[in-house]
Amino acid sequence: MKLLLVNSFNVRTFAANLKEGILKPQRMTLSTLKHTVFTVLFLSVFSFGFAKDAKEGGEDEKFDPKEMILHHVKDAYGMHIATLNQGEENEAHITIPLPVIVYTDKGLTTFSSSAFHHDYHGHEIVERNGQRFVNVHEKVYILDEGASEVAYDAEGHPTNAHRPKFDLSITRNVFMMWVSIAVLFLIFLTAARRYKRSDDNVPSGIASFVEPLIVFVRDEIARPMIGEHKYKRYMPYLLTIFFFIWINNIFGLIPILNGANLSGNIAFTFTLATITFIITTFSGNKNYWKHIFWMPGVPVPMKIFLMPIEIIGMFVKPISLMIRLFANITAGHVIILALMSLIFVFKTVAIAPVSVAFSLFITVIEVIVTAIQAYIFTILSALYFGMATEEEHH
Amino acid sequence: MDLITPEFGLVFWTLITFLVLLFILRKFAWKPILGAVSDREEGIKNALASAENARKEMENLQADNERILQEARAEREAMLKDAREIREQTIAKAETEAQEKASKIIEKAQAAIESEKKAAMAELKSHVAGLSIDIAEKVVRGELSNKDKQLKLVEDMLGETKLN
Amino acid sequence: MTITGIAAVGAGLAAIGAGVGIGKIGGSAMEAMARQPEMHGKIQSSALILAAFVEAVALFGVVVAFLQG
Repeated sequence: MKLLLVNSFNVRTFAANLKEGILKPQRMTLSTLKHTVFTVLFLSVFSFGFAKDAKEGGEDEKFDPKEMILHHVKDAYGMHIATLNQGEENEAHITIPLPVIVYTDKGLTTFSSSAFHHDYHGHEIVERNGQRFVNVHEKVYILDEGASEVAYDAEGHPTNAHRPKFDLSITRNVFMMWVSIAVLFLIFLTAARRYKRSDDNVPSGIASFVEPLIVFVRDEIARPMIGEHKYKRYMPYLLTIFFFIWINNIFGLIPILNGANLSGNIAFTFTLATITFIITTFSGNKNYWKHIFWMPGVPVPMKIFLMPIEIIGMFVKPISLMIRLFANITAGHVIILALMSLIFVFKTVAIAPVSVAFSLFITVIEVIVTAIQAYIFTILSALYFGMATEEEHH
Repeated sequence: MDLITPEFGLVFWTLITFLVLLFILRKFAWKPILGAVSDREEGIKNALASAENARKEMENLQADNERILQEARAEREAMLKDAREIREQTIAKAETEAQEKASKIIEKAQAAIESEKKAAMAELKSHVAGLSIDIAEKVVRGELSNKDKQLKLVEDMLGETKLN
Repeated sequence: MTITGIAAVGAGLAAIGAGVGIGKIGGSAMEAMARQPEMHGKIQSSALILAAFVEAVALFGVVVAFLQG
């Protein structure tokens, strides 16, 4: 917890640098280079300061990179941005508190995440509606009757507390998802209005920025994968998932938001993959089902042999979609954070330039990956729709 | 394990958010944008097609013009040829007619000359006959004493006067 | 070695397989692009899709490792 600030700070400044480099490639000149070098030096000094801190307080609280990384990658109740004066009397947290909404046996209970006071080890007990809630590793538990403190089993799971029936909290990821759709609305509704205002349909302003992307989705994804006659039906879905995934991938890379890892969360990818699966299944025509259950053009024993494989394949497709996006994005976050952790694992400033340089490199790659993964999710969805609607042509 | 267990809360909010996003963007963004893009593409396609059409029409028109010109030229040629023929025919006809007329006139003239000659001859004969009689009378009066001489004279004279 | 360690080794082995596969795809795609530069776009997009399919295998390995870890 102590080190969160350092990480978010480092990565943020680098992302700013990175953004500058990417947005203005033609101006990636000596001055930018100089700027980068200065930033590295500056950060080394800062990291040193914090590393010393960690050393001093490190007796009782040893730095555990796995825990830190997992806390970053997973969801959380509040949006923690920074901790000031860590480990001192006047320690202060900069957070955006978010509502915790749980549905239990006693009905709906709502309270602010600030009630936990940034505790996620189950120490802070919040009493609401006759129930006592604790936050154990960013998961709300309800303490059983009579228990005054959370007890853990060998694997670290609470033994005397249970999860609420439904946990509908507006978590960090949900909050960032809403921010992202607000941004999407802003971009695309503005673009649409620009088209409406011009009478010759000539794009201008933001519309000329989004139009190539939309045309790309149409001409490079939907048309070749689904076919000229049917692609129009799927265009809204394909465009929406493409931009939704892409913008959330990008948001995951912005460190000031503490890397809200929405598209690297299995619940998010699970939902999108399920929607793709449902659309595929419902738009499957006779030819599609025939290819699954009774493969044409092969001998009968082969047909029987292929049937279970095809049925498994039907489910593996969306599962692979789900896992691919989740694992790619999570892996990117884990690598960046692991490189940053090196400084605190080795407790030396000497490693800082190395880990900063490497995490900068990985961040650049991740920026490309954000677009590639959105593209792959979309193109594979389109491919599955195309398979489901393909007409017989033997 | 925890990392790959989808949490109900996030699934729930993602589903709702995504459906709202899909619905609103579909209605207010994708429809107008895709519509505008395809309208414009259609417009460009139409403009190109109409330009092509115009070009073809132009070509057709030019071909037409060429054809009409050709026709006019051919017509003129034909007319000139006709005219030349007619002229020649007319000239030939006039010539033959003139020839015919001339020959007729000549024939007539000849016939007239012939008849005049005949008439003149006849008149001359009658004159000569009258003259002869007169001469004869005079001779007879003079030489009637000699009958033989008279007769011989007449005989000689008649024999000499072999006209025509 | 703990079960987590074994799972990590398994994930690593899956990554080797996928690495070889993606390497082959990338190499062949490069060769194809060099031979037919005019097909550049098509080759690139199909190479990406194929790489995604191969990658999924490694990711399945990673997820199995997560299940253990």
